[in-house]
Amino acid sequence: MAATITEKIFSRRCGQEISAGDVMMAPIDAAMIHDITGPLAITKFREMDGTTVFDPAKIIMLFDHQVPADSIPAAENHKFMRAFAAEQGILNYDVHEGVCHQVAVEKGRVRPGDIVVGGDSHTCTYGAIGAFATGIGSTDMGFAMKYGALHFRVPESLNLITNGKFQNRVGPKDLILSMIGDLTVDGATYKAVEFTGDTITEMSVPGRMTCCNMAIEMGGKAGIVAPDNVTRAYCNGRTDGGWLDLAPDEDATYVLEREYDAGDLVPQIAAPHNVDNVGDVTKYEGTPIDQVFIGSCTNGRFEDLLEAADVLGERKFSPDVRVIVVPASKTEYMKALRSGLISLFVEAGAMVMSPCCGPCMGGAFGILAPGEVSLSTSNRNFRGRQGSTEAEVYLCSPATAAASAVKGAITDPREVA
Amino acid sequence: MHIWKFGNDIDTDAIIPGRYLTIYDPKELAAHAFEGTNDAFAREAKEGDMIVAGRNFGCGSSREHAPIAIRGAGVQVVVAVSFARIFYRNCISTGVLPIICPEAETITENEEITLNLDEGYLTAGKRNLAVEPVPAFMRKIIDAGGLVEYAKTITELELCTK
Repeated sequence: MAATITEKIFSRRCGQEISAGDVMMAPIDAAMIHDITGPLAITKFREMDGTTVFDPAKIIMLFDHQVPADSIPAAENHKFMRAFAAEQGILNYDVHEGVCHQVAVEKGRVRPGDIVVGGDSHTCTYGAIGAFATGIGSTDMGFAMKYGALHFRVPESLNLITNGKFQNRVGPKDLILSMIGDLTVDGATYKAVEFTGDTITEMSVPGRMTCCNMAIEMGGKAGIVAPDNVTRAYCNGRTDGGWLDLAPDEDATYVLEREYDAGDLVPQIAAPHNVDNVGDVTKYEGTPIDQVFIGSCTNGRFEDLLEAADVLGERKFSPDVRVIVVPASKTEYMKALRSGLISLFVEAGAMVMSPCCGPCMGGAFGILAPGEVSLSTSNRNFRGRQGSTEAEVYLCSPATAAASAVKGAITDPREVA
Repeated sequence: MHIWKFGNDIDTDAIIPGRYLTIYDPKELAAHAFEGTNDAFAREAKEGDMIVAGRNFGCGSSREHAPIAIRGAGVQVVVAVSFARIFYRNCISTGVLPIICPEAETITENEEITLNLDEGYLTAGKRNLAVEPVPAFMRKIIDAGGLVEYAKTITELELCTK
């Protein structure tokens, strides 16, 4: 039977034909836990009479939400997880390596064709290299760590086809924001979102990560791109291969197909307080901002920092704006450091922090006061997400963030030559 | 019994803000449930109260703190037009019953709700409203008393059996 990428992954992993709608206990190739949802997952694992994890080499562990520990409870959580890693023989990247999703992919801990679960909703990011990856809660994670398996309902898929070439200063973030605006915050609930078309085949793995990362913002269970030569080149030297032959069959069944033209796209903004409240940047131009955050699992990679730096040039950031730059991982930080981007940002007036989730979820630093406005390259603008419920968060691309940080108000990056 | 009504797209940051995620105790989490969104909930919710919401309840983060906070406040049943996927699973894992009721928005705060899930409906005031059946596999977990209890009943895991 003709199959989607998701159906192919489940079928090959199970050694039998699996179709959308099937419910079963499926094997897990990797499970990711971090400092927020990990402690509860470990507690649940123990409550299930778990003694040893199914395979310590398949558990990805690190701390990224509250690092270095920003409070005594956070420090206690880190300590608790370190002890578990030592007891179980799990490699723990601890506080040093960066944001979980970036680290899992760049370290080759997930492979094309893998079934991956993570104790974080943005686990769908790994679909960028052709893994079926989905976010789960801590009790589900306790179960997955014990049994190396979890119950799944194999999802139907959406096919989002994008063709054409982006205009200057327009990119993957603008594309995914426009798709969410189109399909709404629950337009893909319980579905896998396949990204296809020549814009995607020509897109880098970091760009694909930006798109897959935000599949959850339309309710998606997974976002996924069929592995190709771009995937192969990226994975070469990181993983021991995985399954690369996963292109969907031509007559695969999709519950929805939608076509997008990258060439028509202009920079996009998601305005408060829902991610589908999306419009062209021109609609919001001039909105004063107090803080700009460039980073996160959505847009904290070297490519994103380069895009921001390119817009910034020799300019300075507005003195009225607090600019916080957080590379997504140590590797990406070092690339930026060696290319001179870090000094460029710091000299322009930014605070560059060590790799972590940063202000995205309002837990650690960069928290907003009532009435303040943040412009952020991260993935959520929910009320209260970055601090006060009376603050506002706008989402955008790194180019729009940099242009706006220079002007002190939301600015079309195409106007900054 | 009191009904706590919420609208569409209530996200998990609204249910429990990110700054409280180092807490795992249900009662402590409940003290901050819906903080800044509906402050009366943490003060006044009692055992047996229910939440009734619109579409896409529980969207956003995978934090299990959200259903734990709701359960800690005494609420064991959430009726919504639809649920976000991870939150729905997390409810079942943690002992909160998520009920999909397409007409949930017609329920008012003063109505008494009784559940007739096996018959496929709930009664709100004098009206019977259809509810979607809980998938069979999820039902097994609920009947076991949550995923932890279900896990304890497993002797051999059958992989890939549809």
